[in-house]
Amino acid sequence: MLNEFLILMKSELVLCCIIFLLLFIKVGTDMTNERLVPLVQVLLLVNVVASFIFNQEGTLFGGLFTTNALMAFQKSILSIGIYLISLLFADWLKKSEHMPEFFILMLSAVLGMFFMISSGSLLMFFLALELSTIPVAAMANFDLEKKLSSEAAMKMILSSAFSSGILLFGISLIYGATGTINFAEIPALLDGSPLQILAFVFLFTAFAFKLSIVPFHLWTADVYEGSPVAVTSFLSVISKGSIAFILLTTLYKVFAPMQEIWYNMVMLLSVITMIVGNLFALRQQNIKRFLAFSSIAQVGFILVGLSSNSPHGTASVVYFILIYIFSNLAAFGVAGAISQQTGKERIDDFKGLYQTNPFISWVLALALFSLAGIPPTAGFFGKLFLITAGASKGNYFFITVAALNLIVSLYYYLRIIRAVFMDKNDQPIEKIILLPATKLGMLICGAGIILTGLLSWVYDYITSLTM
Amino acid sequence: MMEPGLNHILVISAALFFIGVFGFFTRRNLVTMLMSVELVLNSVNLNFIAFNKYVWPNKMDGLFFAIFVIAIAAAEAAVAIAIIINLYRSHHSIDVENAEEMKF
Repeated sequence: MLNEFLILMKSELVLCCIIFLLLFIKVGTDMTNERLVPLVQVLLLVNVVASFIFNQEGTLFGGLFTTNALMAFQKSILSIGIYLISLLFADWLKKSEHMPEFFILMLSAVLGMFFMISSGSLLMFFLALELSTIPVAAMANFDLEKKLSSEAAMKMILSSAFSSGILLFGISLIYGATGTINFAEIPALLDGSPLQILAFVFLFTAFAFKLSIVPFHLWTADVYEGSPVAVTSFLSVISKGSIAFILLTTLYKVFAPMQEIWYNMVMLLSVITMIVGNLFALRQQNIKRFLAFSSIAQVGFILVGLSSNSPHGTASVVYFILIYIFSNLAAFGVAGAISQQTGKERIDDFKGLYQTNPFISWVLALALFSLAGIPPTAGFFGKLFLITAGASKGNYFFITVAALNLIVSLYYYLRIIRAVFMDKNDQPIEKIILLPATKLGMLICGAGIILTGLLSWVYDYITSLTM
Repeated sequence: MMEPGLNHILVISAALFFIGVFGFFTRRNLVTMLMSVELVLNSVNLNFIAFNKYVWPNKMDGLFFAIFVIAIAAAEAAVAIAIIINLYRSHHSIDVENAEEMKF
């Protein structure tokens, strides 16, 4: 019994141990950041390795907690993401006064995401969702003396509190309509009555808030711009990814009987999200704000794959998020290194970056090519699989809109690449000195962007998990 | 005198929910907005308890859920108030109209 508990909750327990260790280090010792940051990086690497081994299938606590190979792989993706964040922002972390707290908050949020991915009932799901959002709001306020940072945190906590209120109202209606909150029991009791549809709409609204799907995206750009870059990258990659994973479970397993109803909803929201995300990304001047709107557009593409309701859809979404983590983190890593050392965040400041900083220019170019979906980067394959999954429904109008949006998105991604490589600038950004850890993080991201697409067994492996 | 039934309680909780939503969108003071969110959460508690008592008396999930919602609401309010205090230190105001350096 105890063995089963230890093995099934392995990823969560490893994270808990790291959190407690950091707490003890913070309270009991006076280690400097110089020594502590490498230690945390090693611990997070251990966490990545641990997430790949000894994965078993099973349920615990009377169905509250379930795990299987696919969920374990989703947790591994998130673990890779936080390891990369600890590498890419090593410079910022070393200079931060409250470094251990940053990791304690971030790992608590990731713990919530792990529980959320594994949740087997709406109660567990709700608690885990709160655990994964409340620490992030505190993280957004990490630059305590900066005005923008506290404004971002205020917008984040109010919108997430409001959206969890809506989520809870939906859950209470589901409980009233079916009498259960277990994921396993709900599908048999769904018959598409108006009360259940209303409950689903409330529930989906809350998801849309967290995933910043368009009518509910207004907090995204402000929070991204105001928060420190490390927090922004965490928000845009790790929290988006975890919500997309749990959305897969909810739509494909729990609300499978109401498929006709949610297909139209997802399709409509996906079209609006792609168009609005693209249009607003066109006119942004701040690189963080630009990446915020580009991530909204990417969420629109995730919804294209999500709408297919097939194992192929699950595989394509998980694969896309794996690629998205590498490409978006590379872009944020470059933006973070530049804003940390020069304070420059405007796209115009990036003009002529290639003259002084060839390495990070290439990393940025690779990341943006992957986000735009240009072969041979992995982003192309990710988008291709998402669109083929979406096309399996035979709704070619929808797929055409998605493909057209892909072309529009090329404009603004290539605009930055043009600024970096072609535009002349009398005063380009001076030479950025990268720490070895940051360089390693960028190299891992670059390797991930190229290899995830070229090695076909990655996609085959994910497909084999979803069957 | 009519006994209050499920419908009465649901009407009250729906009213509370929408009063909360209305307050959240119209009030400009951060603490009042937080109070509006609490109204929404309390309407949910009322819903859970009412469904538990009148519709599913032998399934206690609703009661447990209400207890957890109360605890989470407290945690959320604690973090929100900490953030609002920090905002007050930098902006000298807790009016949302004064915290709008970032737009569009």
